[in-house]
Amino acid sequence: MLTAEDKKLVQQVWGKVAGCGEEVGAETLLRMFYAYPQTKTYFPHFDLSPGSDQIRGHGKKVVAALGNAIKNLDNLSQALSELSNLHAYNLRVDPVNFKAGGGRGWGMGTGMGLLSQCLQVVLAVHLGKDYTPEVHSAVDKFMSAVAAVLAEKYR
Amino acid sequence: MVHWSAEEKQLIASVWGKVNVEECGAEALARLLIVYPWTQRFFSNFGNLSSPTAIIGNPKVRAHGKKVLTSFGEAVKNLDNIKGTYSKLSELHCDKLHVDPENFRLLGDILVIVLASHFGRDFTPACQFAWQKLVGVVAHALARKYH
Repeated sequence: MLTAEDKKLVQQVWGKVAGCGEEVGAETLLRMFYAYPQTKTYFPHFDLSPGSDQIRGHGKKVVAALGNAIKNLDNLSQALSELSNLHAYNLRVDPVNFKAGGGRGWGMGTGMGLLSQCLQVVLAVHLGKDYTPEVHSAVDKFMSAVAAVLAEKYR
Repeated sequence: MVHWSAEEKQLIASVWGKVNVEECGAEALARLLIVYPWTQRFFSNFGNLSSPTAIIGNPKVRAHGKKVLTSFGEAVKNLDNIKGTYSKLSELHCDKLHVDPENFRLLGDILVIVLASHFGRDFTPACQFAWQKLVGVVAHALARKYH
């Protein structure tokens, strides 16, 4: 459960990367495609090379959606309702990719979804020491909450 | 046997060469206990774990974190036989310590994040790939002797 302090920390950290949101989005996706190649199967129609306009565009979308969620932390279900429908009925991305419990294969991290792990790596790269354990914890909880909402309607 | 490309081996070694095992180990274990507080169940004799500050400053956490990451170094030195390297530790974690292998995966992901925060852009996507693979292989090896 996101505490008031968690919400504050998530908002603060997002504020810090707001200026380079597009870069954060693109890098998160790039790292995800590199570290977890199975995620590329959802983008056969994309040019997935570094610098690709499609990756930048899609990264920007993802970051904007997360930003919107962060503005509505008290009502994530509603804020993400449309995306929840989209993921359940159109995209049908296997929740392992974004939900806590993500990533088998090399017995990969299941504490975080694959996207969440890569986003957190990018935040850690950008923020260094400022990605404190408290911030890390808050972001992890936030991404778990987002993932839960996105997977809500799958069945 | 796990196959490691020359590039993966090089990336793993070059990152490891710059790691302060004591600092990174302490930090990784502290973060595990902070981000996934249920993992504190294994450390009831560690004293004060009541807050992130307490956990980070706890000398037993630091010492144990160093121990764990030092052991991780064995994997780095023996990439071609991680299974064998962790055979006894796997038995220990099952029979004596009773640790759910899920915890190895949690710690592995946290270690990757700690490395990212320390090395910044030098922790490239290729580095992350190699290290995600390594932590996964280590977790798998530690779980292997469970019964």
